[in-house]
Amino acid sequence: MKTVRKLTPSKSADPTRKISLTVNGETVEREVSVRMLLSDFIRHELGLTGTHVGCEHGICGACTIIVNGESSRSCTILAVQSDGMDLRTIESVAEKGGCLHPIQQAFQDNHALQCGYCTPGMIMNIISEFESNSKIDTSEESIRELLSGNLCRCTGYANIVEAVRDAAERMGKN
Amino acid sequence: MSTRTFGTRVKRNIDPKFLRGEGSYVDDIDLPGVLHATFVRSPFARAKISKIDVQDALSMEGVMAIYTCDNIGKLDIELPLLIPHDCMKDARTQRPLARDDVYYVGQTVAMVVAINRYVAEDAALLVDVDYEPLPVEVDLEKAVLDSAPLVHPTHPKNIAADLVQVSGDPEAAMLKADHVTKIRVEVERSTAASMETRSVAARYDRVSGELTVWDGTQAPLTVRGGLASIFEMDEDKVRVIAPDVGGGFGQKVMFPYPDELLVPMAAMELGYPVKFIEDRRENFIGSNQERKQIHDIELYATKDGEVLALKDFFLHDTGAFIPYGIAIAQVASTSIAGPYQIPNIHVQFQAVYTPTITITPYRGCGRPQACFAIERAMDQLADDLGMSRFEIRRKNLIADDQFPYVREGLMFADGLRVSMDSGQYQTALDMVEEKIGAKDFPKLQEQARSEGKHLGLGLAFYVEGTGLGPYEGGHIKIHPITGKVYVNTGLSGQGQGHDTVFAQIVADQLGVKVEDVILTEGDSGAFDWGVATFASRAAVVSGNAIHKTAIIVRKKTIVAAANMLEVGEDEVELRDGHAWVVNSNRCVSLAAVATATNPLRYAFNEAAKAATQFAPASKHDGPALDDGQSPGLEATDYFSPACATWAYGVHAAIIEVDDVTCSAKVVKYVLIHDCGNMINPTIVEGQVMGGLAQGIAGTLYEKIEIDEDGNITNANFVDFLVPYATEIPPVEIYHLETPSPLNPLGVKGVGEAGCIAVGATIASGLADALEKFNKPKFLSLPITPSMIFDVISDEAQN
Ligand code: FES
Ligand code: FES
Repeated sequence: MKTVRKLTPSKSADPTRKISLTVNGETVEREVSVRMLLSDFIRHELGLTGTHVGCEHGICGACTIIVNGESSRSCTILAVQSDGMDLRTIESVAEKGGCLHPIQQAFQDNHALQCGYCTPGMIMNIISEFESNSKIDTSEESIRELLSGNLCRCTGYANIVEAVRDAAERMGKN
Repeated sequence: MSTRTFGTRVKRNIDPKFLRGEGSYVDDIDLPGVLHATFVRSPFARAKISKIDVQDALSMEGVMAIYTCDNIGKLDIELPLLIPHDCMKDARTQRPLARDDVYYVGQTVAMVVAINRYVAEDAALLVDVDYEPLPVEVDLEKAVLDSAPLVHPTHPKNIAADLVQVSGDPEAAMLKADHVTKIRVEVERSTAASMETRSVAARYDRVSGELTVWDGTQAPLTVRGGLASIFEMDEDKVRVIAPDVGGGFGQKVMFPYPDELLVPMAAMELGYPVKFIEDRRENFIGSNQERKQIHDIELYATKDGEVLALKDFFLHDTGAFIPYGIAIAQVASTSIAGPYQIPNIHVQFQAVYTPTITITPYRGCGRPQACFAIERAMDQLADDLGMSRFEIRRKNLIADDQFPYVREGLMFADGLRVSMDSGQYQTALDMVEEKIGAKDFPKLQEQARSEGKHLGLGLAFYVEGTGLGPYEGGHIKIHPITGKVYVNTGLSGQGQGHDTVFAQIVADQLGVKVEDVILTEGDSGAFDWGVATFASRAAVVSGNAIHKTAIIVRKKTIVAAANMLEVGEDEVELRDGHAWVVNSNRCVSLAAVATATNPLRYAFNEAAKAATQFAPASKHDGPALDDGQSPGLEATDYFSPACATWAYGVHAAIIEVDDVTCSAKVVKYVLIHDCGNMINPTIVEGQVMGGLAQGIAGTLYEKIEIDEDGNITNANFVDFLVPYATEIPPVEIYHLETPSPLNPLGVKGVGEAGCIAVGATIASGLADALEKFNKPKFLSLPITPSMIFDVISDEAQN
């Protein structure tokens, strides 16, 4: 027997604030719950689901995005804190429908991803390193150090290390 | 034919999507109006529930429903025992929501559905549950004592299952032995920790009566069958889709977790889509784990090192419930003799209930424990007899001409006797000996010692029964408009690259580009015959099913193309997406062939004209399709393996111990493995490397810590140490390829291979490095700095 469908409340009792920020070059204005995580805001309010969450306590790096030019974990930031900030997510990296970014291409060419869940966070972290340094030390040890904020459970990292080295070469950063 | 892609390093089809952030994992699926579920979980390992009061929680703004065992109707049941076996009496399984009793910390007691996860969690805190805690024993060895409190009153000494298996005549063989080596080894509990946690979303269409479930599972078709049967719905009204899944490693194979039933139920009842996305803590306390076993293993040998008999008794922690039966313990017990000829085996296990989260397979599934037991024992035997660790293995390895090597009396996890089909074990050992530099190692070790450093060489062999039945299927269709090839299979992927390896298999038969083969897997709406992804079986079972199907489609294509090109079938070749007349430039595209084989009434495009009723190539002297003929270029076929096919490999490592931090540093790591013919070496290496990293994790870092009250005290990534890139050493991987005689492609599974031998290898290396300290060494996993400290510091005191 069909039962009467309950009415869903359109929002919770949480207080909200209006925020205005830039996301991938677009200005965004939204009313958000004061306790909403930035990761949830990006994923569920803005529909940019390329940013993933693996732990929501700042360890795995899956939620890494670039905030005002620096790689940051979006699960440890509240959406309201991002008011006025400039955010970049994985969706902004490749050209729309066009070529992959050299770092993305290096990931594919070196089989640096399996399930792909950690990949966007990895790439955002690597991009921010590449952008803030004119040269990248491509020794094994320092690439591993560079990657040491992002967990990957699938690859065992070897191919990711290779991809970073390859990307540095392609981008003339080695 | 086009260049063969089988065996080549083709890039993965799926990567660009993931790299752009366009993957769609369960939580990415846009379901307007979706409600969020969360759970009230037991804070006690064992307790009686005297009262549950949901009133305060229910009155919270934004809460839509709260479920307890009292309002879930036909879901208030003990869940099915998935793999029955005679050695379990009255096997216990969990209820979706606890009724009267709870059996582990984290067990689901109530489900809250609210407009978002934040509100749902708040409400969950307001659900008032009164518990009367009961005494518990979480220690595996103490749990089997008469004095231990019982998890289930039905099971004295907490024994869930007890099984003895015998091969040959161990009693007689033991009497003939000159020497016996006995050791006790222990492997701790761990967890899969896939980066995406478990997740499920459901939507019910009240008009069509169809339930759609998106489930981050390894077994979508099993989920579909289970849901249909529990909800008493037609199977065709339930569609289960495993979308992109962020790693599985076994944890996502068991069905049903409570959420997999309750979320669809809530969606049907509430009339809105509902989802449950497990958070990391819930993954630690609510999703199944594996590994804890304690083995007492004995090797009976002649004085020159030939092992005549093996005896092993082990305790296997099965957690509070045993829904997956004895699968893990059975794999461990039948893998216990490893790659050795040992003809006489007596192996017994007891699976033990403890008031902890349920145990089901995690990558390796009993093999790492068995490997650790036999390999540490072989090292000890070598030491006892004054032989080298290479020598003792060489003496006992199964020789190439002894295959198939049958262990009569041991029944593997597929219900068939253990029959190791093929391999080159001696060659693998020679290879690893050379690659690790075993010959020069003593000098290196000597020199390190003279500099006050501890350097050791570790070695371990493993075998792995892979590609278990019962069967999988493949469906292939060449699309009439685009000429692209659509392939379906019933099992699902969690990052292994099925889309690419299956595409390679098809591309080779049909002469198309790998990227023009499009795989749909794990969607019961696309293909609904099959089993699941587990036991390193996808490439073997689905791979061969797809291969057989591709051969049929190839045949159909050639027949039709020969007809269109007006030449004999043997004059047609398929390449570059076309059928060609050999040695000519005459050809017809596969799209056109696919169109022409579908007799049409209406010409919807240029190619379709050729298939309409008045076209010259159409049949004008009878029915357009003969009896038994089907339209299009399409086929379905299945592969059911005769038995498991056995892969194997050998690892060696040079380990340095740091005196100050008491840590183990991997100086060099070499592994040889053989998974039969490789479809794509790059993907194989990726699987091996990923497995190896999980092996390192379980050897040096990861352990689920459970306090005496049954609380997991490290249920987060701060305290449970999943390694970063800085903790995983570079590894040299070498391949041997002994084709499996058991399937047309000659392949064996590789998914679990990498992780199996790591613990034994590193322990062996550490024991060698610290040989001069006269203590039993490294017989348990994980190996912590304090264990190393204990070995070193005693000497310091002496
Ligand atoms: S989800 Fe943010 S660090 Fe793990
Ligand atoms: S590719 Fe799966 S977690 Fe990194």
